[in-house]
Amino acid sequence: MTTPVLPAGSPEPDAGAYLDHAATTPMSPAALAAYVAEAGRVGNASSLHAAGRGARRAVEEARESVAAALGARPSEVVFTAGGTEADNLAIKGIFWGRRRGDTRRTRVLVSAVEHHAVLDPAFWLAGHAGAEIVLLPVDAVGRVDLEALRAELVAHAEEIALVSVMWANNEVGTVQPVRDVVRLAHQHGVPVHTDAVQAVGQLEVDFAASGVDAMTVSGHKLGGPIGVGALLARRDLPLEAVLHGGGQERGVRSGTLDAPAIRAFAAAVTDAVAHRPERAAHLTALRDRLVAGVRAAAPDAVLRGPDPATDPAGRLPANAHFTFPGAEGDSLLYLLDSAGVQASTGSACQAGVPQPSHVLLAMGLPEAEARGALRFSLGATSTAADVERLVAALPQVVARAQAAGLVSASLAAAPARTTPGGAA
Amino acid sequence: MRVLAAMSGGVDSAVAAALAVEAGHDVVGVHMALSRNRDQFRTGSRGCCSIEDAGDARRAADVLGIPYYVWDLSERFEDTVVADFLAEYEAGRTPNPCVRCNEHIKFEALLDKATALGFDAVATGHYAQVVTRELPDGTTARELHRATDAEKDQSYVLAVMGPERLERAMFPLGGFASKAEVRAEAARRGLSVSAKPDSYDICFVADGDTRGFLRDRLGSRPGVVVDTDGAVVGEHDGAYAYTVGQRRGLGLGRPAADGRPRYVVDVRADTNTVVVGPAELLTVDRIAGERTVWFAGALAADGAGAGEWFDAQVQVRAHGAAIGARVRAVPGGAGLEVALTERPLRGVAAGQSVVVYRGTQVLGQATVSRAWRAAPVAV
Repeated sequence: MTTPVLPAGSPEPDAGAYLDHAATTPMSPAALAAYVAEAGRVGNASSLHAAGRGARRAVEEARESVAAALGARPSEVVFTAGGTEADNLAIKGIFWGRRRGDTRRTRVLVSAVEHHAVLDPAFWLAGHAGAEIVLLPVDAVGRVDLEALRAELVAHAEEIALVSVMWANNEVGTVQPVRDVVRLAHQHGVPVHTDAVQAVGQLEVDFAASGVDAMTVSGHKLGGPIGVGALLARRDLPLEAVLHGGGQERGVRSGTLDAPAIRAFAAAVTDAVAHRPERAAHLTALRDRLVAGVRAAAPDAVLRGPDPATDPAGRLPANAHFTFPGAEGDSLLYLLDSAGVQASTGSACQAGVPQPSHVLLAMGLPEAEARGALRFSLGATSTAADVERLVAALPQVVARAQAAGLVSASLAAAPARTTPGGAA
Repeated sequence: MRVLAAMSGGVDSAVAAALAVEAGHDVVGVHMALSRNRDQFRTGSRGCCSIEDAGDARRAADVLGIPYYVWDLSERFEDTVVADFLAEYEAGRTPNPCVRCNEHIKFEALLDKATALGFDAVATGHYAQVVTRELPDGTTARELHRATDAEKDQSYVLAVMGPERLERAMFPLGGFASKAEVRAEAARRGLSVSAKPDSYDICFVADGDTRGFLRDRLGSRPGVVVDTDGAVVGEHDGAYAYTVGQRRGLGLGRPAADGRPRYVVDVRADTNTVVVGPAELLTVDRIAGERTVWFAGALAADGAGAGEWFDAQVQVRAHGAAIGARVRAVPGGAGLEVALTERPLRGVAAGQSVVVYRGTQVLGQATVSRAWRAAPVAV
C-alpha cells in the first residue's frame, strides 16, 4: 500500500493568491516523492553496514546530481541545514580559514544589500573575532558599486579575508555583477562567496563558470524541503568548520546526513535547473503582467529595483517590488491578506516590529518611503488568476492603507500634549 | 463586526480576544510595541513591553486562529505618555501614565488607525462594562460602567477616552466575577498565558524604580526640603522625584520638633523645593479639575447642565474608594469642581485623575489641578 500524498503544490480550498514564493515555494512533486521514498528507510550514511550503505548511496547520488545541475564537482558540495547555515559557514569559515593563513586578513567586504544570513555573521565576527566589515554601497536599483570594490581591493588587498556579494537580491530582485566581482577580487587574490539562494532555478547558475569560490543554495526556495541546502566550496578554499562533531562533509560540517531531505533537495535542484528556461519565460511574462497591473491599479506605486522593460536581465524573473507612498507595509499586508492575497514587505522584523528595509535604505530611499514596501514573488504554481486577484484588490487596499498612514502621520506630526496646569 | 483585539501578551487581553472570536466577530490581534529602545525591553514577564510578551501574544493569536500583527507605536508613546510623565513630574505634579496611555495610545493612535483600516471596534482586556441604554427620543447611548469584579475594575483609567471613543470600544471581560474566572477561561481554551502573573508596574519604568527613571531622564537637580515655616530640614536630588502625600524616603536628618511624622505637602517646581508638614495638611475636601471629559448623555439625563451642582461619587486613585461629593462643571470652560460631602481625602496631588461616578456609571473625569481644605480641620 502506498502512502497517500497530496499532489505537490495543490492549493488548499481557497488558499488565496500566494505571491510570496521568495519566502518559500511549494515542494515539487519529484522532491516530495523522493523525500517520502527515502524517509521510509532506515540508515545512517556514516554506517558501514547495508542500511548505512543504502543511505550513503542516496546522499552521494544526490551530491552528484546537485553538482551536475550547478556546474560543480561532487566533492565541492557541502550539504547543510539550509541557506542560513551555508552563509554562516561561508562567512565565518572563510574568515577563520584565511586569517589562520595570515593574521592581517581581518576585513570582510559585503554588499550593503546582503541577506541578514550574510550580514549578521559578518557583524558577529566584527563583535567577537576582530573582523572589520566594509559595506559595499549600491546604486539606486540596488546594484553593487564595482568602483568602491576596486578601490577597497587596491587599498587593502592584503587585509581582506573575503568578499561576499549575492547573486540576486531577495527583496528587489537585482541581479548582481558576480563575474565582475570575481574578476576584481581574484586580481588581488581575494576569494568570493555568493549567496545564490534566490537565483538558482530562475537564472543560469554555473558554479565553475562564475569563478566564485563558494556559493550558497537553499532547498525550499526552489521546490525542495525546508531545512536543507548546500554550500558549494572549491577544495582549495581555506574553510574552517562551524559545526564540530562526527567529521562529516570533509570535516567542515559535522552532523548525520539528512538523507531524505538531501535526496529531495537534489530532485528539486535537478528539476528547477532542467525546466529553468521555460519556467523563467513563463515567470517573466506573468511578472510583467503583475507590474503593469499594479501600475494601473495604483498609479502612484513606484517599482523598486531594475525596470524589466529596459533592463530585463537585471532583475529576477519572478520578482516585483513596489513602494506605495503614504502607506505602511504592514497595513498593506494586513489588508491584502484579508482580501486573500499573500505578499511580503520583504524586510526583516525585530520582535515582530517591521523595520524599514536595509536594502531600500542602501538604495537611498528615505525611511518614510521604505516603510511602504511590498514584494510580490511568483513561483512554479503561480497563475494569471493570482495576479488578477491582486490587481482587483489593490485599489481599495492602497486607499485604506494610505488613509491609515495619514492618521499615523498626523499623530506623529502633532502629538496631543498634556499641558501641565498650576501647581497644587 | 471587524474587531481589532489589542493583545499585550497577558492573560486578560488573550481571553478578551477569544471572547470576541467566539462572539462571531472577524478578529485580528495586534500587539503594540511601545518601547523605543529594544535593549530596554525587560526580559521578565510582568510588563506589557517585553519581547517575551510579544511572543506570548503571538502564541495566543495562533491558538485562537486569528491573524496577528505588531504595530510600532513606540514613537507616539514616547512623545505622549513618556513625555507627559516627565513633564508632569518636572512640574511638581503626579501623573498617571496608564490614563495617558489609554487617552493617547490605545483609544487614539490604535483606535484611529484601526478605524482607518476598516475595523469597527477595538477590544481590550480592560475590566469595565459598556451598557447601551435607550433614550426617551428612541436613540441609544453607550455608558461606561464599573466591572462586575470591583477588585479588578479599571473604569477609572478608561474614563478619559470619552463618549465618542467608547462607541468603538469593547471590553469583553467586564462581566467576569473574578480574575480567577478569567484564568480558568484561558486554561479552558488552551491559552498558555493562563498562569502568567499580573503586571503592576509602570511598563516603561524598569523594576518599578520611578525615582531612578526620573533621575536618568531629568538629571540630578539638588535642592532643599523645607518645613511649612520655610526652615530647611533636608536636601534632595530633584524635587521632581517627590509626590504630595509621600512619607517614606524623605531622608530628613532630624525628626520634627513635635516628633510627629512628616509628609510631602507641596512640591514647588519653580524653586525646586520640597515642602514637608504634618498629615493634617494633606487633608482636602475641595478639588478643582481641568481637561474635563464628560459622558454627555449621562449628564443630560440627570438634567445637570454646566454650573449646576449635582450629587455623585468621586474617585482619585486607580484603586481608591469612591467618596460622596457634590460636583459641577465650571460654566464656559473645561473645568470641574468637587466638594467632598462624605469625608475629606488625604494626599490628593495635582496631575492625578478625578473620576465622577453615579453608582457604577462613569459620568466624567478630569485631571486634578488643585486640591484644598475649605472646612476647618476636625480634631
